[in-house]
Amino acid sequence: MNLELGLFVFMLATFVGLEIIRKVSPLLHTPLMSLTNAISAISVVGAILITGASDATPLTKVLGFIAITAVVTNIVSGFLITDRMVKMFKKPGAKK
Amino acid sequence: MAQLVQYIYIVSAALFILSLKWLNHPASSRRGVWSGALGMLLAVIGTIVGFPGLLGGAGIGNVHNWGWIVAAMAIGTVVGVPIAYIMPMTAVPQRTALSHACGALAAALVGTAEFYQTNALHETLPTFQLVALIIETLLGYLTFTGSLMAMGKLQEVLPQRPITYRNQNAVNFVLFVIAAGLAVRIVLVPTDTFLFPIFAGLALLFGVLLIIPIGGADMPTVIAILNAYAGLSACAMGFALGNNLLVVAGALDGSSGLILSIIMCKAMNRSFTNVLFGAFGQMQTSHAQAQQRPYRSASAEEAAAILESAGSVIVVPGYGLAVAQAQHKIRELFDNLMRRGVDVKFAIHPVAGRMPGHMNVLLAEADIPYDRLYEMDDINGDFPQCDVALVIGANDVTNPSARTDKTSPIFGMPILDVDKAHTVMVIKRSMNPGFAGIDNPLYYMDKTLMLFGDAKAFVTEILKELPARVGA
Repeated sequence: MNLELGLFVFMLATFVGLEIIRKVSPLLHTPLMSLTNAISAISVVGAILITGASDATPLTKVLGFIAITAVVTNIVSGFLITDRMVKMFKKPGAKK
Repeated sequence: MAQLVQYIYIVSAALFILSLKWLNHPASSRRGVWSGALGMLLAVIGTIVGFPGLLGGAGIGNVHNWGWIVAAMAIGTVVGVPIAYIMPMTAVPQRTALSHACGALAAALVGTAEFYQTNALHETLPTFQLVALIIETLLGYLTFTGSLMAMGKLQEVLPQRPITYRNQNAVNFVLFVIAAGLAVRIVLVPTDTFLFPIFAGLALLFGVLLIIPIGGADMPTVIAILNAYAGLSACAMGFALGNNLLVVAGALDGSSGLILSIIMCKAMNRSFTNVLFGAFGQMQTSHAQAQQRPYRSASAEEAAAILESAGSVIVVPGYGLAVAQAQHKIRELFDNLMRRGVDVKFAIHPVAGRMPGHMNVLLAEADIPYDRLYEMDDINGDFPQCDVALVIGANDVTNPSARTDKTSPIFGMPILDVDKAHTVMVIKRSMNPGFAGIDNPLYYMDKTLMLFGDAKAFVTEILKELPARVGA
């Protein structure tokens, strides 16, 4: 990947992010933060790439192992707890 | 295969964007969560099936060290599931801080591993990738310790009071300059691997120093900023590894953290640049005036009578309500009054609770319909027409001196205009000033009734008085 293309993607994604997140109701700011946190666990991709490489040194394997454990914890708990939270927001007028 | 991975990543990035888009309303929010999860699953599958080989080409056959990868994923899942289901909603801020720490640690470790890996193989990364890698590890390590500190403060393992010492900003600045200098040196001469642990150590230390001067009341802002940092470190990893999906997801997380921190800063009247450099503990110097002034208090019976005869009630909940576990009793009070034809609304200040939007989650958990929860700007106009404002566990966000008293430490902070209601009732343990140590003139107004006691116990008392009056 070249630098210019990466920065281009970064610039566009930041603007898209700012626009869609601005529209998120303050009601849902806590779920928003836990969801974006789960999404940023996309670093799992990087962790798998370094750990799975055929030339990975023992140090790489150990660090990669810890990294995968940490982000998979984030992915699993992040999406599940966000779902648990948004489920609680009851429709107006709906009796429980 | 290498082509296919890119297409999978594109779909995955689109799912992440849709995920956040659908989160804008409670009705579509669950779809949002699951599209995000699907995007993540696709990204992992894509990475594995299209694993890049050393000699070009891509495929699942290139993946080595399966044992390490699968074991780590299994441990992560086994740890993650209970966290998601056992964690009480009051502890969500701590969990969020912990997961910022985990995410940041992962980014930092991947960066570290990549740095040593390329050195061990006597390869050199292109300069811009090396710069990205350094930014990734810097942000990763400082967010890791910073988030752990924030978690300690939220969990009250660490003192909530800001810890300050002389020349704090100068010390931080010097440390930062040294770290930056080391970073430049590492980029210029990447073979000096001995510098890397020093650099990482400074980043870790810097994270601690950044958070200790910040008081408990500022935690919503801090969490939002750490959210942005964690996102940016994932983004930097995207540059270091040349992966656009990481750049997109990291940028989404970064912009979300940025927006939330700006909202939190506005809500607390802090300047954003001030917060970015962590220099925002100073405003919390104690201003307590030990002044004895007359106030009026009332019993549960009187409070019940006033609530019952009111036409409209606005409840102002604060974190104290959650501490007292009074949410479900408030729901009963809400149901009871609504049945009597009283119009009950909830006024939510942006910093109510310990993280952005926390109070909404706590009230939603108690089954209060979300169309009854109003944001500050939407409800402030209603206070002058409202019969009773019932303040429970909130203090500074109702303090009228934020509007009037230029000497007050919270002057200029947007507040809920509780003092404009016809009658104000405040449930509070005692007349002691709140955490920030700022006296609240609201409590001494003629129309204010102080209801002394534990929030949950007092609301239970009010509820006992209410049914007895049905049909009377």
